[in-house]
Amino acid sequence: MSIKGKVWKYGDDVNTDVIFPGKYTYTITDPQEMALHALEDLDSKFAKEVKKGDVIVAGRNFGCGSSREQAATCLKYAEVGAILAKSFSRIFFRNAINQGLPLVQCKEAVENVSSGETITIDFEKGELSCKKGIFKFPPLPESVLGILKDGGLIPHIKKILKIEEGE
Amino acid sequence: MGKTFAEKILALKSGKDSVVAGEIVTVSPDIVMSHDNSAAIAKKFKQIGINKVKYPEKIVIPLDHCVPAATEKYATNHKEIREFVQEQKIENFYDINTGVCHQVLPEKGHILPGTLVLGADSHTTTYGAFGTFAAGIGRSEVASIWATDEIWLRVPETIKINIEGKIPSGIYPKDIILHIIGDVGADGALYKAVEFSGKVIWDMDIGGRMTLCNMAVEMGAKIGYVEPDERTMQWLAPRSNKKYEIIKSDLNAEFEKIIDYDISKLKPQIACPHTVDNVKPVSEVAGTKINQALIGTCTNGRLEDLKVASKILRGRKISNRVRLLVFPASMEVFAQAMELGILQILVKSGAVIMNPGCGPCLGAHEGALAPGEVCLSTANRNFKGRMGCKEAEIYLASPATVAISSLYGEITDVRGDLK
Repeated sequence: MSIKGKVWKYGDDVNTDVIFPGKYTYTITDPQEMALHALEDLDSKFAKEVKKGDVIVAGRNFGCGSSREQAATCLKYAEVGAILAKSFSRIFFRNAINQGLPLVQCKEAVENVSSGETITIDFEKGELSCKKGIFKFPPLPESVLGILKDGGLIPHIKKILKIEEGE
Repeated sequence: MGKTFAEKILALKSGKDSVVAGEIVTVSPDIVMSHDNSAAIAKKFKQIGINKVKYPEKIVIPLDHCVPAATEKYATNHKEIREFVQEQKIENFYDINTGVCHQVLPEKGHILPGTLVLGADSHTTTYGAFGTFAAGIGRSEVASIWATDEIWLRVPETIKINIEGKIPSGIYPKDIILHIIGDVGADGALYKAVEFSGKVIWDMDIGGRMTLCNMAVEMGAKIGYVEPDERTMQWLAPRSNKKYEIIKSDLNAEFEKIIDYDISKLKPQIACPHTVDNVKPVSEVAGTKINQALIGTCTNGRLEDLKVASKILRGRKISNRVRLLVFPASMEVFAQAMELGILQILVKSGAVIMNPGCGPCLGAHEGALAPGEVCLSTANRNFKGRMGCKEAEIYLASPATVAISSLYGEITDVRGDLK
C-alpha cells in the first residue's frame, strides 16, 4: 500500500470543528457533500483544490475535540491519501483507520516536508520519501492494515462475519 | 508492582488475569451510548448486513443534540432513531424530554463503578466521576459493537493528578480543571487515563467530579477517573439497585506521572479563544465585552451550577447588552431547580430558560452567534466556529464567572462580588 501526493501543511491542535464544523453534523449526511466542507474553517482553499492522493501534514494532536466521524469521512471523500502528523488525537486516530484513511505519525518527517511538495508514502515498508530524503516510521500493525485494506471498519466487520458464517 | 484502575478493569473486561499499559485487548462493554447520531450509526449497522443488534439491553440512546428538532432534517433524524429503537426493542431510549446524555445516563442508573462504558461522544469521559472506565469512540465502532459486542482498546498509561489545598472563595471545579488543562496543554494527557485524587476531590460533590472528568478529554485523555467513595455510593443508591464492584488503583500501582496541584491560591480561570488550553486568570481579560452568556451543557448544567448562578443573580438584573441562556442539563435538574425557586430567580434577573439539550454548544441551534460577537460559556470547547460562526469568539469559565459577567456585560472577576 503506497500513495503519492502534494503536501498541505498546517500547525498543532487542528481540531474537529475546523475540519468539519458541528453545525453540519446532522444536516449533511452524504459523504461526497461532507468532502466539500473539509477543513472549511481552517483553509477555505483546501476543499476546492485538493487532489486525489494529497497528504495533510500537521503538528501535534491532529483531530482533537469531538468524536464526530465526519472529520475523518470528509477527508476520506476529499480523496486525501494520508495524514502525516507529529501526533493524533485518540478518537480521530480510530475514526480515520475505521474510515480507511491511513495515518502516519513521524515527527521528523513533519519537520522536513514543506507545503506544496510532492511526497510518497509506503505504509507496509514504513517509509516516506520527500525532497529532503527518506524518513522511516513504524509500519502500521497487521490488524490496522487489515481494516485499511478492506476500506474501513464496516466492510472489514462484514467480511469477518461472513467468513465466520461460512465456517 | 501494583496495577492501575485502567489495567485492572481492562483485564477484567477482556477475560485476562492481568494486562499492562500499552497492550491491546478485545473487550465487551457493559453499556454503549449514542445520541442523535444513532440514525447514522443504524445505517452503518445495516450495511454490515445484520438485522438484529446483539444485546439491546446494553444500548442506551438519549436524544439531546438538537431537541426539539430545529428543522425537517433534524426531525427526520429523530424519527429514524425512534423507529430503529422500536424495531430493535431498545428499552433504554430517552426522548427529547429527558436531557443531555452525560447527565441522563448517571441519573437513570446506567453508570456504575467498575463498569466499561463506551459512547459515540467525546465527553463520555464524564462517567469516570463514578469510577467507571468510560471512553469516546466513533460511529462505525458503535455500529460494530451493536453487531459483535466487541471492540479493541489499548490499555492506557495513567497520569495521577493530586489536588490539595483549601478551595479559595470564588473558585469552582471548572476553575480547577481549566487551570490543569492550561498547565498540561491540549495534548498533555493524549491517550492516557487521568486519575483525579487528593483532598479537594474527596471534598468535592459529584457534580464537580463530573465537570473534571468531562473535560479530561480536552487534554487528550482517554478516560477520567475518580475513585468511588461514600459520596459516590450515596449518589447512586436511589438510582440503581444493581450490584457493582469498586475497582481502584493499587497503592503501589505504576503511574506514568504524578502531578501535584495546591489550589489554595488559585484565581478564577478562563479559556480564551480559540483553544481550551489558552487559559488565563479571569482578571487578565476582565473588561472584555460579551454579547451572550451561557450556563449549561454537559460540563456545567447541573443543580450545583444553577445554584451558584442564582446566588449571584438573586434580586439583580443582567446587563441589557447581554443575552443570558440557561440550559439545565436534564429534566430532573430542571424540575429540582424549579422546586427550589432557582429558575424564578434566574428568569427575574433576565435569563432565558431553555429546555435541556446540547444545541448551541455545537452550533446546532438555540443561541448561535453572529460574526464579531463574543460568548462567555460554561461549555467545554471554544474552537473557532464551534457555536456556528467562525468569526465569533468563545470564552469558557465557571457558572459563577458567567453569572457575574452577565450582570456587568463584560468579563468580570467574581471575587470582587463575593467580598
